Amino acid sequence: MFETLILILDATLRVSTPLILAALAGLFSERAGIVDIGLEGKMLGGAFAAAAAASVFGSAWIGLGFAIIASVGLALVHGFACITHRGDHIVSGVAINTVVAGLTITLGLDWFSMGGQTPALSGDERFFAITLPFADALADVPVIGLIYSELISGHNILVYLAFALVPATYWVVFKTRFGLRLRAVGENPHAVDTAGISVAFIRYRAVIICGVLCGIAGAYLSTAHNAGFLKDMSAGKGYMALAALIFGKWRPVPVMFACLLFGFLDAVAVRMQGVVVPGIGEIPVQAIEVLPYVLTVLLLAGFIGKAVGPKAVGRPYVKERA
Amino acid sequence: MKGVFLASATAFAIAASSAYAKDAGPAVVFDKAGKFDKSFNQGVYEGSKKYTADTGIKVREFEPKNEAQVEQGLRRLAKRGYSPIVAVGFNQTSAVEKVAKDFPEIHFTIIDGVINLPNVQSIVFKEHEGSFLVGALAAMKSKTDTIGFVGGMDIPLIRKFGCGYEQGVKYITPNATVIQNMTGSTGAAFNDPTKGSELAKGQFSQGADVVFAAAGGTGIGVYQAAADAGKYAIGVDSNQNYLHPGVMLTSMVKRVDQAAYNTYESAAKGTWTSGMTVLGLAENGVGWAYDDNNKADVTDEMKAKMSDIRAKIVSGEIKVHDYMATNSCTF
Repeated sequence: MFETLILILDATLRVSTPLILAALAGLFSERAGIVDIGLEGKMLGGAFAAAAAASVFGSAWIGLGFAIIASVGLALVHGFACITHRGDHIVSGVAINTVVAGLTITLGLDWFSMGGQTPALSGDERFFAITLPFADALADVPVIGLIYSELISGHNILVYLAFALVPATYWVVFKTRFGLRLRAVGENPHAVDTAGISVAFIRYRAVIICGVLCGIAGAYLSTAHNAGFLKDMSAGKGYMALAALIFGKWRPVPVMFACLLFGFLDAVAVRMQGVVVPGIGEIPVQAIEVLPYVLTVLLLAGFIGKAVGPKAVGRPYVKERA
Repeated sequence: MKGVFLASATAFAIAASSAYAKDAGPAVVFDKAGKFDKSFNQGVYEGSKKYTADTGIKVREFEPKNEAQVEQGLRRLAKRGYSPIVAVGFNQTSAVEKVAKDFPEIHFTIIDGVINLPNVQSIVFKEHEGSFLVGALAAMKSKTDTIGFVGGMDIPLIRKFGCGYEQGVKYITPNATVIQNMTGSTGAAFNDPTKGSELAKGQFSQGADVVFAAAGGTGIGVYQAAADAGKYAIGVDSNQNYLHPGVMLTSMVKRVDQAAYNTYESAAKGTWTSGMTVLGLAENGVGWAYDDNNKADVTDEMKAKMSDIRAKIVSGEIKVHDYMATNSCTF
C-alpha cells in the first residue's frame, strides 16, 4: 500500500511538472496585468521546436534552447498585440493557440514527412532521469529509502528545475524591486507610471519570462516526458495551468499545490483502472476519467473561496492626458 | 432560346457528372490517428502505396481532423465518384452507414466495422486469435508472471484483443496476473502517447515485464516507456518490431494492408462483393511478427511452441473465446 502511494506520488511529479512551469509562466504574465490564455499555444510551439531541434542537432539542450526561442517569439507577438497595440488579451491568446496548433503540424509535415510528428528521439536527444547520489545505497532502508530512491531521485533535470523555480518565483515576485514593480503594474499601472517607470517595458519583461517558462514546459513534454512531438500533444495542459493559477490565487506556492493536485488526480485515475473496490466492484474507466474534473469543479466552487486576480489584469494601459 | 440553352446545359451537366462518377478511382478515409500512426492506419497506407506502385492507379486519401469531418470526407469522395472507398476503423461505422445509403452506386469497404448494406463490404479480423498467440509468447518470456495490456478506446473490439491476450497468457502460465488498462473512452484514446506511457509505467511498477499495446498511436508512448524501463513490449496491427529492436518482443499483425490491397484489386477487376469477410489465423489475416529485429529475443524453442499453438488454433483444438460474441471475457 505504502509502495503504491509512493509510486502514485512519483507519477504525480512527472505529470505536474509541465503544469507547474506553465502556471508560473502565467503567474508572471498575469501579475503584470497581461491575461495569457495562450499558454497552451506557447507550450505546444515550444514542444515542437524542442523535438525538431533535438532531432536535427542531436542534443536535448539545443532543443530546449530552440523551445525557449520559439515560445518567447510567440510571447512577444502576444505582447506586441496587447501592450503596444492595446489589443484584446483573450483574442490575441486564442489566435496564438490556433496558429500554433496548425503551424506545428504543417511545418512537421513539410520538414519530416511523418504526418506532423517529429522523428522519435533517443539517446542525447532527450533529457534522461538523474539518479541522485546514494539513491541505490539507500533503496533498502525502510520508508526513507523508498521515498528517497523512488520519489525524489530518478527524475529528469526539468522536473527538479520546475520545483526549484517555485521558491525562485516567490523570491522574484515578492522580494525584489522588479517583483514589486511587476505586481504594481498589474494592480495600478498609473501609480507605476507616475513614479517614472515604463509600464510597457515591465510588461514586456513579464511576457518574455512567461515565454521562457512555457518553452521549458514544452521542451519537457516532447523531449523529457515523451520522445518526440505529436500533434496537439499539449492536450489542454495550458488551460489546466490557467485553472491552477486561479485556484492558487496567483501565488507561487499555492499554485504549485494546485498543479500537484491536478497531477495527483491524473495519476490516481491511471492507477485506479481495473481496481476492484470492495462492495462496489470494478470501477468503470469513464467514472475514473471524469474524477479530476468533478473534483476540480467541487474544489473551485466550494473550498477555496473567492479568487481575486490582479486588479488591472486584461486592461491595456493608456496614459491619461488632459 | 433560353429554354434550349438551359436544357442543353442540364443535359451536359448530367452527362458530365455521370462520366465523372464512373471512374474516379479508389479512395481511402483514414481514422483520426492519421496515416502515420505506425500502426493500424499506416498498415492501410502501406497497402494503398503498394497498390499504386503495382498498378500506377492513385488512391485518393482523406485524413479527418475531427469526428465531424469523417462523414463530410466520405460524402465528398462519394459525390465525386470515387469507388471503392475504404473506411478505416470502427469509429467510422455510423458515418459509412449513412453515406452508403445515400450513394447506392458507390462501393464502400469498412475495416473493423460491420454494416449490413448491399453496397458495403465489412472486413473484420479475428484479433482474439492473434492476441492469444502474442499472449502465449509474452507468458513464455515473462520472468515475473505479471503481464500488462494497454488498450486504446474502451470498446468491445479492444476488449477482444485484451481477452484473447489474457487467454494466451493463461494457456502458458495459468496463475499469471494480467493487468489490463484502457486509455480512455473517446477516439482520442488512440492518439495519446503521454497517457500510454504513464499507464505502462504504472504496470511496470506493479511488476509487469511484458506489455501489449492495442492502442494505435498511444502505443508509441507505451513502447517508449518499455524501452526506458528495460522491459518488453508487443506491437499491434502493423509489424512494429523495428521501432525498438531488443524491446519489441513481437507484434500482433493484422493484415489491414492486404485487406486494403485486395479491395482495390477486386474492385478494379470487377470481383468486389459486399458482405462480411472474417480474416483469422487460418486466412493469415492475423499473426505474430518474427523478423531480424526480434530474432535475438525469441528462442527456437519459443518459436516451435508458437507454431504448435498456431496449428492448434487453426485446427480448432484450442478454442479462443471471442469477447464480442458474448460481450464478456469468460473462458
